[in-house]
Amino acid sequence: MSNWALIIYCGLITYLTRFSMIALIKKEMFNDRIRKILSFVPSAIFPAIIFPAIFINDKGLFEIDNNPKILAAIIAMVIGIFSRSIIATIFSGLASYWFLIFVV
Amino acid sequence: MKSNFKVFLKGIIDVSPLMIPVVPFGLIFGVLAIDIGFTPIQTIAMSLIIFGGASQIVLLQLFSGGASSLVIISSVGAVNSRHLLYGAVVSEHLSDLKLTWKIIISYFLIDQAFATSNEYLKKNKDNNRYFHLLGGGATCWVIWQSTTFLGIILGAAIPEKLGLSFAVPLTFLALLVNDFRKFINVIVILVSGLVATFGYNYIPFKAYVIVAAVAGLFAAMILTTKDKKA
Repeated sequence: MSNWALIIYCGLITYLTRFSMIALIKKEMFNDRIRKILSFVPSAIFPAIIFPAIFINDKGLFEIDNNPKILAAIIAMVIGIFSRSIIATIFSGLASYWFLIFVV
Repeated sequence: MKSNFKVFLKGIIDVSPLMIPVVPFGLIFGVLAIDIGFTPIQTIAMSLIIFGGASQIVLLQLFSGGASSLVIISSVGAVNSRHLLYGAVVSEHLSDLKLTWKIIISYFLIDQAFATSNEYLKKNKDNNRYFHLLGGGATCWVIWQSTTFLGIILGAAIPEKLGLSFAVPLTFLALLVNDFRKFINVIVILVSGLVATFGYNYIPFKAYVIVAAVAGLFAAMILTTKDKKA
């Protein structure tokens, strides 16, 4: 498959995942129970991106020793819980990561 | 009711803090794509056609690892499966719209716009509230296209040592700051995160994202049922 075909297919599948539910679902299909469950969607999905990005290295291996990302992420999380600020969370995480890899 | 433009503007303002980490993400994507052997035009086309950071990074990772097209496309689909859930959540607010609007809005249904607009849509019931989602999506679009372009130009000038890819999990972490305070959410976060981490190498087709999300939602289902009885 050419690079172009690959890009177009990937674009198509990305778009369809976004469009399908918006196009198909009607308001009446939601009761309070489903609504309640769906409110947990961010909590159920984002960690699936966060955790592997922190604990799994470039080679696809689980890495817990000598991994500055773990401490940096914990600092970011604590700052996030207390400040409730998105920017503070991200910057404290990046700053502590750089501190750990360049200074310590 | 606020004017369409004001709601659109509110969407831009609300999503702005989330755009800061998109900048390094877009740069990294541009740099990596060229490095792997895509032409500048193909790299720009990826950001225009796919318009999804996680999808595009997964595409590059698997492509450089020599994965087959079928594996790459299904992995991108698996990474994108979260959009099915986003769509299901926002569709409730968009169900009265014309198909043309649904087609346009779908293109802009990305992580950052979803996260900020979902809060807005829950609180506001005006008929034009979907302009908030458009504002957030359009902002991210501009940032994503321009940083992809910059990444292509800057190329090797950005030191890999900076570890800017770490901005990706931090962005998603920042989106959850309010959920860390709620007990059920914390359990859901842990279930999803642990399933994704330990399933990373064992769940085929990089489907760990959807498997972890389903496990997390299942935990939420069990915990909220108990909650109701108590």
